[in-house]
Amino acid sequence: MDALTVHRFHFAFTVTFHYLFPQLTMGLALLIVILKTIALRTGNEHYNKAARFWGKVLAINFAMGVVTGIPMEFQFGTNWARFSKAAGGVIGQTLAMEGVFSFFLESSFLGAFLWGEKRLGPKAHWLSAFLVFAGSWLSGFFIIATNAWMQYPSGYRLASNGEILLTNLWQLLLNRWIFWQYLHNMIGSVVTASFVMASIGAFYLLSRTHEAHGRTFVRIGVVAAFLGCCLMLFPTGDQQGKNIAYYQPPTLAGMEGLFHTQAGAPLAILGQPDLEAKKLDNPFTVPNALSFLTYRRWKAEVKGLTDFPRAWWPDNIPLLYYSYHIMVGLGTIFIAVMAVAAYLLWRGKLYGSRPMLWVLMLALPFPYIATTAGWMTAELGRQPWLIYGILRTAEGSSARVSAGNGLFTLIGFMGIYGVLAILFLFLVHREIEHGPEA
Amino acid sequence: MQDLMPTIWFCVVAVMVAVYVVLDGFDLGAGILHLSIARTDSERRAVLASIGPVWDGNEVWLLAGGGTLYFAFPALYAAGFSGFYLPLMMVLWLLILRGISIEFRNHLDHTVWAPFWDTVFCLASALLAIFFGAALGNVVRGVPLDSSGYFFLPLWTDFTMGREAGILDWYTILIGIAAFLTLAEHGALWVALKTEGPLESRARQAAARFWWFVVGAVFLITIASFRIQPHLGESFRDRPWGYIFPLLAIAGLIVMRSRKALHAFLGSCAYIIGMLTSVVFGVYPLVLPSDGDPALSLTIRNAAAPGYGLEIGLIWFIPGILLAACYFVYTYRSFAGKVRA
Repeated sequence: MDALTVHRFHFAFTVTFHYLFPQLTMGLALLIVILKTIALRTGNEHYNKAARFWGKVLAINFAMGVVTGIPMEFQFGTNWARFSKAAGGVIGQTLAMEGVFSFFLESSFLGAFLWGEKRLGPKAHWLSAFLVFAGSWLSGFFIIATNAWMQYPSGYRLASNGEILLTNLWQLLLNRWIFWQYLHNMIGSVVTASFVMASIGAFYLLSRTHEAHGRTFVRIGVVAAFLGCCLMLFPTGDQQGKNIAYYQPPTLAGMEGLFHTQAGAPLAILGQPDLEAKKLDNPFTVPNALSFLTYRRWKAEVKGLTDFPRAWWPDNIPLLYYSYHIMVGLGTIFIAVMAVAAYLLWRGKLYGSRPMLWVLMLALPFPYIATTAGWMTAELGRQPWLIYGILRTAEGSSARVSAGNGLFTLIGFMGIYGVLAILFLFLVHREIEHGPEA
Repeated sequence: MQDLMPTIWFCVVAVMVAVYVVLDGFDLGAGILHLSIARTDSERRAVLASIGPVWDGNEVWLLAGGGTLYFAFPALYAAGFSGFYLPLMMVLWLLILRGISIEFRNHLDHTVWAPFWDTVFCLASALLAIFFGAALGNVVRGVPLDSSGYFFLPLWTDFTMGREAGILDWYTILIGIAAFLTLAEHGALWVALKTEGPLESRARQAAARFWWFVVGAVFLITIASFRIQPHLGESFRDRPWGYIFPLLAIAGLIVMRSRKALHAFLGSCAYIIGMLTSVVFGVYPLVLPSDGDPALSLTIRNAAAPGYGLEIGLIWFIPGILLAACYFVYTYRSFAGKVRA
């Protein structure tokens, strides 16, 4: 492996592992606020118990998110020094804002939420839950702002020495890319959290323990997941696709496996991209659908990869194509599953429908897979650029950090994260076994 | 005047780092002494309870300080973090181990589980203190910056300060030991402040004993630092008002002997702030000295981000950090008094 590959894999591995935790905590913080609001409105202790149970799950995930999050900020400097030197004056702003505006908020009120219920009283305790939610969603905003700038740089000027100068903070924080990417990402987090809630609820109902809580978790989880999945497709996913079509057209072609420009481009549902022959093997396609989805006209022309210079092609098109298709495929299945579950809930049959409960319980890993595939689509799609159109990934890594030193720390992270994963599963398993009445 | 913005941000980063060391310093110090002064399970729970609700927020100062350093001095962030690659990665691993040992220890009440995490907590804290000290030592000593503004240092070579220097040499190890002693003292004073009974008295004894070692270390590192980094002496000669920083450290050292636990702890805070501000005052306007050609040093001028970013940064930073200060006052007030395990 050369040094660049090591640095890329280093970041990819640590960020993928890290984001398993915030994607739950951000969505779960919202669901906990909902539980606390119901408890405050109705005075029903049942919902406080539910909030306390999910608070414990949140705490474990939050601890994992914190300890695996610190290496992310450090790696900009350690492994991507040339990128940091060029762009630090811009994206350092959003990263510093995250620390100042969200981490202080989260860390101060998470403690109050987890240990302060008796001391604070119901209203202040609700507020502490709300502030944890606000802090985590702000944190998400600043991270998306950072990534959105790398996808769609705005509010900057290039200096003669290659340095990138910030010229407008508001364009960095508010632009059309960040808006849809943020909503798509945060609703994705709600989808993960609500699938997890429904899954644990289904597990309790199927195993006939904590059944009252099981029904609450399934009900809230299914409703939130159904709404979230629909919003993932439309408008947020749709609009994000349009942004890619307009601002990163080679990326769209790579995601869709479209090699040749054509009017009335088909949407590939299945198939394997063959880069040598420049075609999709074993295609299963919907005629004209890609043109319609992108431009709202059935016969619109969509540009294929061969119309772009090779230097602008994403450097791993098959993986990009599969990531995107896994995300979209799972997202579509989620809508179908949650629509059926929501229908059964509405008809009052869900809690007794064991097959549906089995499906809900076993669905737990899939939103994590879909989210990870979605982020892989965003990051592989941006290649070969680190900052789209400005700085190539190969020009951003740390020149003085050798492949050998990078591999050493990558192996170290793999070992430590392996241990963390085992500990995490063990501790969460215990909380689920103790249940909300413990 | 063109130095005004970089100087303001130099001070901001220095203050944030000092706040980090003062706050997370007592978490680390409590960790260093955890195994030796807390003997029973309930005493160990008391030590953890004395930092449990605050350690995470304290660590945020490191992240927020790092982020601020990143946007204000991108060239320093890039050079420093990639050059100190290996020790920084080890610091990350130790921070992970320290964090989970605090968070996960009390999830299980088991005779095998708890002592394991106690040991991890202690070792990770001790090594972090030494690493942070050695890092500071490297910044004072200087690093072999090349003409592109980067460097890379191995962990160690032959522990001397010759041509082929490593991150660990006799000087940086000395600073590492001084940091270890300082934070152990700081942690002992914190535990004495927050706990009662035999644990409190053991913490007081440890603080009283460690004090002499701290004074010895201060004496040694002061002589060594002025000898190996002549720029420090020049700074104090050119701007004698800077002597207030070392005087603050000395005053802190004296107040640390106070019988009143709060006074002693605040004395330790003043000592740490005095030491760190003395260093950054002495190093200014350099941010990372070159150990060879002085023209290659990174300074507040050639490492700072350009004007607009630094100016607009002040507009959001000031309200943001005031807000954060309010959260801290709230958290520490609701956590006042002695802890019960």
